[in-house]
Amino acid sequence: MATLREIRRRIASIKNIEQVTDAMRVVAAARLRRAQENILATRPYADKLNTILGHLISQANTEEEALVHPLLEIRELKHVCIVSVSADRGLCGSFNSNVTRTTTQRIEYYQDSGADVTLICIGRRGHEHFVRRGYDITDSYVNIFRQLEFQTAVDVVHEFEHLYTDKKIDKVEVIYNNFKSAILQTVLVEQLLPLEPEMPEGDELFLDYIYEPGQVELFEMLLGKHLNMQMWKVLLDSNAAEQAARMAAMENATQKAKELIDELILQRNRARQTQITTEISEIVSGAAALEG
Amino acid sequence: MLSRSFHLEIRTPEKLIYEGDVTSVQAPGVEGNFQILAGHIPFLTALDVGEIRIRESSDASQLMATTGGVFEVLRTGVTALVETAEWASEIDVSRAEEARDRAQEQLTANAPDLNRPRAEAALARAQNRIKVASNL
Repeated sequence: MATLREIRRRIASIKNIEQVTDAMRVVAAARLRRAQENILATRPYADKLNTILGHLISQANTEEEALVHPLLEIRELKHVCIVSVSADRGLCGSFNSNVTRTTTQRIEYYQDSGADVTLICIGRRGHEHFVRRGYDITDSYVNIFRQLEFQTAVDVVHEFEHLYTDKKIDKVEVIYNNFKSAILQTVLVEQLLPLEPEMPEGDELFLDYIYEPGQVELFEMLLGKHLNMQMWKVLLDSNAAEQAARMAAMENATQKAKELIDELILQRNRARQTQITTEISEIVSGAAALEG
Repeated sequence: MLSRSFHLEIRTPEKLIYEGDVTSVQAPGVEGNFQILAGHIPFLTALDVGEIRIRESSDASQLMATTGGVFEVLRTGVTALVETAEWASEIDVSRAEEARDRAQEQLTANAPDLNRPRAEAALARAQNRIKVASNL
Protein backbone atom coordinates (compact mmCIF):
# COMPACT_ATOMS: atom_id res chain seq x y z
CA MET A 1 0.00 0.00 0.00
CA ALA A 2 1.14 3.53 -0.85
CA THR A 3 2.59 5.52 1.99
CA LEU A 4 0.86 8.56 3.38
CA ARG A 5 3.39 10.91 1.84
CA GLU A 6 3.01 9.39 -1.62
CA ILE A 7 -0.75 9.74 -1.49
CA ARG A 8 -0.47 13.37 -0.42
CA ARG A 9 1.87 14.06 -3.30
CA ARG A 10 -0.53 12.49 -5.79
CA ILE A 11 -3.46 14.51 -4.46
CA ALA A 12 -1.47 17.72 -4.88
CA SER A 13 -0.43 16.90 -8.44
CA ILE A 14 -3.94 15.91 -9.50
CA LYS A 15 -5.27 19.16 -8.05
CA ASN A 16 -2.82 20.99 -10.28
CA ILE A 17 -3.99 19.04 -13.31
CA GLU A 18 -7.58 19.79 -12.42
CA GLN A 19 -6.82 23.50 -12.34
CA VAL A 20 -5.17 23.33 -15.74
CA THR A 21 -7.99 21.39 -17.40
CA ASP A 22 -10.58 23.64 -15.87
CA ALA A 23 -8.77 26.73 -17.14
CA MET A 24 -8.60 25.18 -20.60
CA ARG A 25 -12.31 24.51 -20.46
CA VAL A 26 -13.02 28.16 -19.68
CA VAL A 27 -10.76 29.34 -22.49
CA ALA A 28 -12.39 26.94 -24.95
CA ALA A 29 -15.83 28.15 -23.88
CA ALA A 30 -14.87 31.77 -24.57
CA ARG A 31 -13.33 30.86 -27.93
CA LEU A 32 -16.41 28.84 -28.81
CA ARG A 33 -18.63 31.83 -28.22
CA ARG A 34 -16.47 33.94 -30.49
CA ALA A 35 -16.41 31.22 -33.14
CA GLN A 36 -20.19 31.01 -33.08
CA GLU A 37 -20.47 34.77 -33.49
CA ASN A 38 -18.18 34.54 -36.51
CA ILE A 39 -20.40 31.92 -38.10
CA LEU A 40 -23.45 34.12 -37.60
CA ALA A 41 -21.66 37.18 -38.97
CA THR A 42 -20.93 35.34 -42.19
CA ARG A 43 -24.45 34.19 -42.88
CA PRO A 44 -25.99 37.37 -44.39
CA TYR A 45 -23.07 37.73 -46.81
CA ALA A 46 -23.31 34.10 -47.89
CA ASP A 47 -27.09 34.26 -48.29
CA LYS A 48 -26.89 37.40 -50.36
CA LEU A 49 -24.18 35.94 -52.56
CA ASN A 50 -26.29 32.84 -53.15
CA THR A 51 -29.29 34.98 -54.07
CA ILE A 52 -27.29 36.95 -56.62
CA LEU A 53 -25.80 33.77 -58.04
CA GLY A 54 -29.28 32.25 -58.20
CA HIS A 55 -30.57 35.28 -60.12
CA LEU A 56 -27.78 34.92 -62.63
CA ILE A 57 -28.33 31.20 -63.09
CA SER A 58 -32.08 31.49 -63.53
CA GLN A 59 -31.54 34.37 -65.92
CA ALA A 60 -29.08 32.35 -67.97
CA ASN A 61 -31.37 29.34 -68.04
CA THR A 62 -34.32 31.30 -69.37
CA GLU A 63 -32.12 32.50 -72.16
CA GLU A 64 -31.55 28.83 -72.97
CA GLU A 65 -27.83 28.98 -73.18
CA ALA A 66 -26.43 26.42 -70.83
CA LEU A 67 -23.84 27.75 -68.44
CA VAL A 68 -20.41 26.50 -69.32
CA HIS A 69 -17.59 27.08 -66.92
CA PRO A 70 -14.35 25.23 -66.18
CA LEU A 71 -15.38 24.85 -62.54
CA LEU A 72 -18.63 23.12 -63.52
CA GLU A 73 -16.99 20.63 -65.84
CA ILE A 74 -17.46 17.01 -64.81
CA ARG A 75 -14.59 14.76 -65.83
CA GLU A 76 -13.62 11.13 -65.44
CA LEU A 77 -12.11 10.62 -61.99
CA LYS A 78 -8.39 10.05 -62.26
CA HIS A 79 -6.98 12.46 -59.72
CA VAL A 80 -8.77 13.49 -56.59
CA CYS A 81 -7.78 16.21 -54.16
CA ILE A 82 -8.95 15.96 -50.56
CA VAL A 83 -8.86 18.98 -48.28
CA SER A 84 -8.58 17.58 -44.78
CA VAL A 85 -9.39 20.06 -42.03
CA SER A 86 -8.09 19.18 -38.57
CA ALA A 87 -7.02 21.34 -35.62
CA ASP A 88 -3.68 22.90 -34.80
CA ARG A 89 -3.74 21.53 -31.29
CA GLY A 90 -4.71 18.37 -29.49
CA LEU A 91 -6.53 17.80 -26.21
CA CYS A 92 -9.89 17.95 -27.90
CA GLY A 93 -11.17 14.40 -27.66
CA SER A 94 -11.58 12.47 -30.90
CA PHE A 95 -11.81 15.64 -32.99
CA ASN A 96 -8.58 15.13 -34.90
CA SER A 97 -8.66 11.34 -35.07
CA ASN A 98 -12.18 11.45 -36.54
CA VAL A 99 -10.97 13.62 -39.39
CA THR A 100 -7.82 11.65 -40.09
CA ARG A 101 -9.74 8.36 -39.98
CA THR A 102 -12.43 9.54 -42.38
CA THR A 103 -9.77 11.01 -44.65
CA THR A 104 -7.88 7.72 -44.73
CA GLN A 105 -11.11 5.87 -45.57
CA ARG A 106 -11.87 8.24 -48.45
CA ILE A 107 -8.33 7.90 -49.78
CA GLU A 108 -8.63 4.11 -49.75
CA TYR A 109 -12.03 4.32 -51.40
CA TYR A 110 -10.69 6.41 -54.29
CA GLN A 111 -7.56 4.30 -54.63
CA ASP A 112 -9.71 1.16 -54.87
CA SER A 113 -11.67 2.76 -57.69
CA GLY A 114 -8.45 3.50 -59.55
CA ALA A 115 -7.93 7.20 -58.87
CA ASP A 116 -4.91 8.68 -57.16
CA VAL A 117 -5.35 11.07 -54.29
CA THR A 118 -3.46 14.13 -53.17
CA LEU A 119 -4.02 15.98 -49.93
CA ILE A 120 -4.26 19.55 -48.78
CA CYS A 121 -3.91 19.54 -45.00
CA ILE A 122 -5.34 22.33 -42.92
CA GLY A 123 -4.36 22.20 -39.27
CA ARG A 124 -1.08 21.03 -37.80
CA ARG A 125 -2.45 17.79 -36.34
CA GLY A 126 -3.66 16.40 -39.65
CA HIS A 127 -0.56 17.64 -41.40
CA GLU A 128 1.75 15.80 -38.98
CA HIS A 129 -0.36 12.65 -39.12
CA PHE A 130 -0.22 12.40 -42.91
CA VAL A 131 3.40 13.49 -43.25
CA ARG A 132 4.47 10.74 -40.83
CA ARG A 133 2.64 8.16 -42.91
CA GLY A 134 4.12 9.37 -46.18
CA TYR A 135 0.95 10.48 -47.97
CA ASP A 136 1.08 12.65 -51.05
CA ILE A 137 0.55 16.19 -49.78
CA THR A 138 0.19 19.09 -52.18
CA ASP A 139 0.14 21.79 -49.57
CA SER A 140 -0.41 22.37 -45.87
CA TYR A 141 -1.74 25.25 -43.85
CA VAL A 142 -0.72 25.04 -40.21
CA ASN A 143 -1.24 27.28 -37.20
CA ILE A 144 -4.01 29.25 -38.86
CA PHE A 145 -6.82 28.79 -36.34
CA ARG A 146 -5.50 31.03 -33.61
CA GLN A 147 -6.07 34.06 -35.82
CA LEU A 148 -8.49 32.88 -38.47
CA GLU A 149 -8.52 35.10 -41.54
CA PHE A 150 -10.68 35.09 -44.63
CA GLN A 151 -7.50 35.31 -46.68
CA THR A 152 -6.57 31.76 -45.65
CA ALA A 153 -9.77 30.44 -47.24
CA VAL A 154 -8.97 32.44 -50.38
CA ASP A 155 -5.44 31.00 -50.50
CA VAL A 156 -6.65 27.42 -50.12
CA VAL A 157 -9.28 27.87 -52.84
CA HIS A 158 -6.73 29.52 -55.12
CA GLU A 159 -4.50 26.48 -54.70
CA PHE A 160 -6.99 23.81 -55.75
CA GLU A 161 -8.94 25.93 -58.22
CA HIS A 162 -5.75 26.34 -60.16
CA LEU A 163 -5.05 22.58 -60.16
CA TYR A 164 -8.63 21.93 -61.24
CA THR A 165 -8.70 24.28 -64.19
CA ASP A 166 -5.30 22.90 -65.29
CA LYS A 167 -6.97 19.46 -65.25
CA LYS A 168 -4.40 18.11 -62.80
CA ILE A 169 -7.24 17.06 -60.52
CA ASP A 170 -10.80 16.08 -61.40
CA LYS A 171 -12.55 16.42 -58.08
CA VAL A 172 -12.06 18.29 -54.84
CA GLU A 173 -13.55 17.14 -51.58
CA VAL A 174 -13.35 18.65 -48.15
CA ILE A 175 -13.47 16.66 -44.91
CA TYR A 176 -14.13 18.56 -41.71
CA ASN A 177 -15.93 18.56 -38.38
CA ASN A 178 -19.31 20.15 -38.78
CA PHE A 179 -20.49 22.24 -35.87
CA LYS A 180 -24.00 21.04 -35.13
CA SER A 181 -24.17 22.28 -31.55
CA ALA A 182 -21.94 22.67 -28.53
CA ILE A 183 -22.40 18.98 -27.74
CA LEU A 184 -22.60 17.49 -31.22
CA GLN A 185 -19.98 17.62 -33.95
CA THR A 186 -20.02 15.28 -36.93
CA VAL A 187 -17.44 14.68 -39.62
CA LEU A 188 -18.75 15.71 -43.01
CA VAL A 189 -17.47 14.99 -46.50
CA GLU A 190 -18.49 17.65 -49.03
CA GLN A 191 -17.75 18.06 -52.67
CA LEU A 192 -16.24 21.44 -53.57
CA LEU A 193 -15.44 20.86 -57.23
CA PRO A 194 -16.95 20.40 -59.74
CA LEU A 195 -19.45 22.90 -58.46
CA GLU A 196 -23.08 21.93 -58.42
CA PRO A 197 -24.94 25.22 -58.45
CA GLU A 198 -28.27 25.14 -56.70
CA MET A 199 -31.31 26.29 -58.55
CA PRO A 200 -32.95 29.24 -56.90
CA GLU A 201 -36.32 28.56 -55.40
CA GLY A 202 -39.15 30.68 -56.69
CA ASP A 203 -38.58 34.01 -58.29
CA GLU A 204 -38.94 36.48 -55.48
CA LEU A 205 -38.11 39.98 -56.42
CA PHE A 206 -36.23 39.13 -59.50
CA LEU A 207 -35.66 41.90 -61.97
CA ASP A 208 -33.57 41.93 -65.05
CA TYR A 209 -30.30 43.64 -64.31
CA ILE A 210 -27.92 45.67 -66.30
CA TYR A 211 -24.67 43.77 -66.18
CA GLU A 212 -21.24 45.22 -66.13
CA PRO A 213 -19.05 43.57 -67.39
CA GLY A 214 -20.94 40.81 -69.24
CA GLN A 215 -23.05 38.15 -67.64
CA VAL A 216 -20.49 35.41 -68.23
CA GLU A 217 -17.63 37.34 -66.61
CA LEU A 218 -19.78 38.15 -63.63
CA PHE A 219 -20.86 34.56 -63.34
CA GLU A 220 -17.24 33.40 -63.30
CA MET A 221 -16.33 35.92 -60.66
CA LEU A 222 -19.29 34.99 -58.49
CA LEU A 223 -18.50 31.29 -58.71
CA GLY A 224 -15.02 32.05 -57.43
CA LYS A 225 -16.45 34.07 -54.57
CA HIS A 226 -18.97 31.37 -53.83
CA LEU A 227 -16.13 28.86 -53.53
CA ASN A 228 -14.16 31.16 -51.21
CA MET A 229 -17.23 31.52 -49.08
CA GLN A 230 -17.78 27.79 -48.86
CA MET A 231 -14.20 27.26 -47.79
CA TRP A 232 -14.49 30.06 -45.25
CA LYS A 233 -17.61 28.46 -43.80
CA VAL A 234 -15.78 25.16 -43.49
CA LEU A 235 -12.92 26.81 -41.60
CA LEU A 236 -15.27 28.64 -39.25
CA ASP A 237 -17.32 25.53 -38.64
CA SER A 238 -14.28 23.42 -37.94
CA ASN A 239 -12.96 26.06 -35.57
CA ALA A 240 -16.21 26.19 -33.61
CA ALA A 241 -16.40 22.39 -33.54
CA GLU A 242 -12.83 22.21 -32.27
CA GLN A 243 -13.54 24.55 -29.38
CA ALA A 244 -16.73 22.67 -28.54
CA ALA A 245 -14.88 19.35 -28.60
CA ARG A 246 -12.11 20.74 -26.42
CA MET A 247 -14.61 22.16 -23.98
CA ALA A 248 -16.30 18.76 -23.62
CA ALA A 249 -12.98 16.94 -23.33
CA MET A 250 -11.71 19.31 -20.63
CA GLU A 251 -14.99 19.12 -18.78
CA ASN A 252 -14.61 15.33 -18.68
CA ALA A 253 -11.02 15.58 -17.57
CA THR A 254 -11.89 17.97 -14.76
CA GLN A 255 -14.68 15.66 -13.65
CA LYS A 256 -12.36 12.65 -13.67
CA ALA A 257 -9.77 14.58 -11.67
CA LYS A 258 -12.36 15.44 -9.04
CA GLU A 259 -13.41 11.79 -8.72
CA LEU A 260 -9.81 10.72 -8.44
CA ILE A 261 -9.13 13.27 -5.72
CA ASP A 262 -12.15 12.10 -3.72
CA GLU A 263 -10.91 8.54 -3.93
CA LEU A 264 -7.38 9.51 -2.94
CA ILE A 265 -8.64 11.52 0.01
CA LEU A 266 -10.40 8.39 1.29
CA GLN A 267 -7.19 6.44 0.87
CA ARG A 268 -5.20 9.14 2.60
CA ASN A 269 -7.55 9.21 5.59
CA ARG A 270 -7.41 5.45 5.84
CA ALA A 271 -3.62 5.50 5.71
CA ARG A 272 -3.45 8.22 8.32
CA GLN A 273 -5.83 6.31 10.56
CA THR A 274 -3.73 3.17 10.21
CA GLN A 275 -0.63 5.13 11.10
CA ILE A 276 -2.24 6.64 14.20
CA THR A 277 -3.56 3.27 15.29
CA THR A 278 -0.13 1.75 14.91
CA GLU A 279 1.47 4.56 16.91
CA ILE A 280 -1.06 4.29 19.75
CA SER A 281 -0.70 0.54 19.96
CA GLU A 282 3.08 0.98 20.07
CA ILE A 283 2.80 3.52 22.90
CA VAL A 284 0.31 1.35 24.78
CA SER A 285 2.42 -1.76 24.44
CA GLY A 286 5.53 0.25 25.39
CA ALA A 287 3.82 1.54 28.54
CA ALA A 288 2.57 -1.98 29.37
CA ALA A 289 6.11 -3.29 29.05
CA LEU A 290 7.42 -0.62 31.49
CA GLU A 291 4.74 -1.42 34.07
CA GLY A 292 5.41 -5.10 33.80
CA MET B 1 -33.86 70.26 -54.24
CA LEU B 2 -34.00 67.77 -51.45
CA SER B 3 -31.99 64.72 -52.42
CA ARG B 4 -33.70 61.41 -51.88
CA SER B 5 -32.01 58.67 -49.94
CA PHE B 6 -31.88 54.89 -50.31
CA HIS B 7 -30.77 51.94 -48.22
CA LEU B 8 -27.15 50.81 -48.44
CA GLU B 9 -25.45 47.77 -46.98
CA ILE B 10 -21.74 47.07 -47.17
CA ARG B 11 -20.63 43.63 -46.01
CA THR B 12 -17.43 41.64 -45.88
CA PRO B 13 -17.37 37.90 -45.19
CA GLU B 14 -16.32 38.74 -41.65
CA LYS B 15 -18.71 41.49 -40.69
CA LEU B 16 -21.15 44.23 -41.53
CA ILE B 17 -19.24 47.41 -42.33
CA TYR B 18 -22.03 49.84 -43.01
CA GLU B 19 -25.79 49.86 -43.02
CA GLY B 20 -27.95 52.93 -43.37
CA ASP B 21 -29.70 55.40 -45.61
CA VAL B 22 -27.54 57.37 -47.98
CA THR B 23 -28.12 59.86 -50.76
CA SER B 24 -25.31 58.64 -52.95
CA VAL B 25 -22.59 56.04 -53.19
CA GLN B 26 -19.53 56.01 -55.41
CA ALA B 27 -17.73 52.72 -56.09
CA PRO B 28 -14.85 51.39 -58.20
CA GLY B 29 -16.46 49.22 -60.90
CA VAL B 30 -14.18 47.00 -62.98
CA GLU B 31 -15.04 49.19 -65.96
CA GLY B 32 -14.60 52.47 -64.17
CA ASN B 33 -15.87 54.35 -61.16
CA PHE B 34 -19.58 54.98 -60.97
CA GLN B 35 -22.03 56.73 -58.72
CA ILE B 36 -25.45 55.54 -57.68
CA LEU B 37 -28.27 57.86 -56.66
CA ALA B 38 -31.75 57.00 -55.46
CA GLY B 39 -34.01 55.47 -58.10
CA HIS B 40 -31.28 53.77 -60.10
CA ILE B 41 -32.42 50.80 -62.18
CA PRO B 42 -31.32 47.28 -61.14
CA PHE B 43 -27.66 46.87 -61.80
CA LEU B 44 -25.07 44.22 -61.06
CA THR B 45 -21.37 44.74 -61.36
CA ALA B 46 -18.00 43.59 -60.14
CA LEU B 47 -15.86 45.92 -58.07
CA ASP B 48 -12.15 46.46 -58.41
CA VAL B 49 -9.57 47.60 -55.88
CA GLY B 50 -10.38 51.20 -55.06
CA GLU B 51 -12.37 53.50 -52.84
CA ILE B 52 -16.03 53.63 -51.88
CA ARG B 53 -17.43 57.01 -50.98
CA ILE B 54 -20.80 57.32 -49.36
CA ARG B 55 -22.84 60.44 -48.63
CA GLU B 56 -25.52 60.45 -46.00
CA SER B 57 -26.27 64.07 -46.77
CA SER B 58 -24.97 66.43 -49.44
CA ASP B 59 -22.28 68.06 -47.30
CA ALA B 60 -20.60 65.13 -45.56
CA SER B 61 -19.00 62.07 -47.09
CA GLN B 62 -17.27 59.01 -45.74
CA LEU B 63 -14.52 57.12 -47.48
CA MET B 64 -13.30 53.55 -47.35
CA ALA B 65 -10.77 51.37 -49.13
CA THR B 66 -11.92 48.11 -50.67
CA THR B 67 -10.19 45.24 -52.46
CA GLY B 68 -13.03 44.32 -54.76
CA GLY B 69 -16.30 42.41 -54.70
CA VAL B 70 -19.82 42.53 -56.10
CA PHE B 71 -22.20 45.42 -56.19
CA GLU B 72 -25.93 44.95 -56.60
CA VAL B 73 -28.57 47.61 -57.07
CA LEU B 74 -32.17 46.57 -56.60
CA ARG B 75 -35.29 48.69 -56.28
CA THR B 76 -35.31 47.84 -52.59
CA GLY B 77 -31.76 48.97 -51.92
CA VAL B 78 -28.10 48.60 -52.65
CA THR B 79 -25.78 45.88 -51.40
CA ALA B 80 -22.03 45.73 -51.75
CA LEU B 81 -20.38 42.41 -50.95
CA VAL B 82 -16.69 43.14 -50.73
CA GLU B 83 -13.67 41.05 -49.79
CA THR B 84 -12.36 43.71 -47.45
CA ALA B 85 -13.38 47.24 -46.54
CA GLU B 86 -11.65 49.67 -44.22
CA TRP B 87 -12.70 53.15 -43.25
CA ALA B 88 -10.10 55.70 -44.28
CA SER B 89 -9.63 56.72 -40.64
CA GLU B 90 -8.90 53.13 -39.60
CA ILE B 91 -6.19 52.37 -42.11
CA ASP B 92 -2.80 51.57 -40.62
CA VAL B 93 -0.63 53.58 -42.99
CA SER B 94 2.72 52.27 -41.78
CA ARG B 95 1.56 48.70 -42.29
CA ALA B 96 0.31 49.55 -45.77
CA GLU B 97 3.64 51.16 -46.58
CA GLU B 98 5.47 48.08 -45.40
CA ALA B 99 3.25 45.91 -47.59
CA ARG B 100 3.88 48.20 -50.55
CA ASP B 101 7.65 48.14 -50.09
CA ARG B 102 7.63 44.37 -49.69
CA ALA B 103 5.61 43.91 -52.89
CA GLN B 104 7.83 46.32 -54.79
CA GLU B 105 10.95 44.55 -53.58
CA GLN B 106 9.58 41.21 -54.73
CA LEU B 107 8.69 42.61 -58.12
CA THR B 108 12.10 44.22 -58.69
CA ALA B 109 13.99 41.16 -57.39
CA ASN B 110 11.95 39.05 -59.83
CA ALA B 111 12.86 35.68 -58.33
CA PRO B 112 12.06 32.66 -60.53
CA ASP B 113 9.38 31.42 -58.11
CA LEU B 114 7.70 34.83 -57.93
CA ASN B 115 3.94 34.75 -58.22
CA ARG B 116 3.74 37.91 -60.30
CA PRO B 117 -0.04 38.41 -60.44
CA ARG B 118 -0.26 37.96 -56.70
CA ALA B 119 2.57 40.40 -55.97
CA GLU B 120 1.07 42.95 -58.34
CA ALA B 121 -2.33 42.58 -56.68
CA ALA B 122 -0.73 43.06 -53.26
CA LEU B 123 1.02 46.19 -54.52
CA ALA B 124 -2.23 47.60 -55.90
CA ARG B 125 -4.03 46.91 -52.62
CA ALA B 126 -1.32 48.58 -50.54
CA GLN B 127 -1.15 51.64 -52.81
CA ASN B 128 -4.91 51.97 -52.70
CA ARG B 129 -4.94 51.90 -48.91
CA ILE B 130 -2.25 54.57 -48.71
CA LYS B 131 -4.11 56.71 -51.19
CA VAL B 132 -7.43 56.39 -49.39
CA ALA B 133 -5.87 57.14 -46.02
CA SER B 134 -4.28 60.32 -47.34
CA ASN B 135 -7.56 61.43 -48.93
CA LEU B 136 -9.41 61.43 -45.65
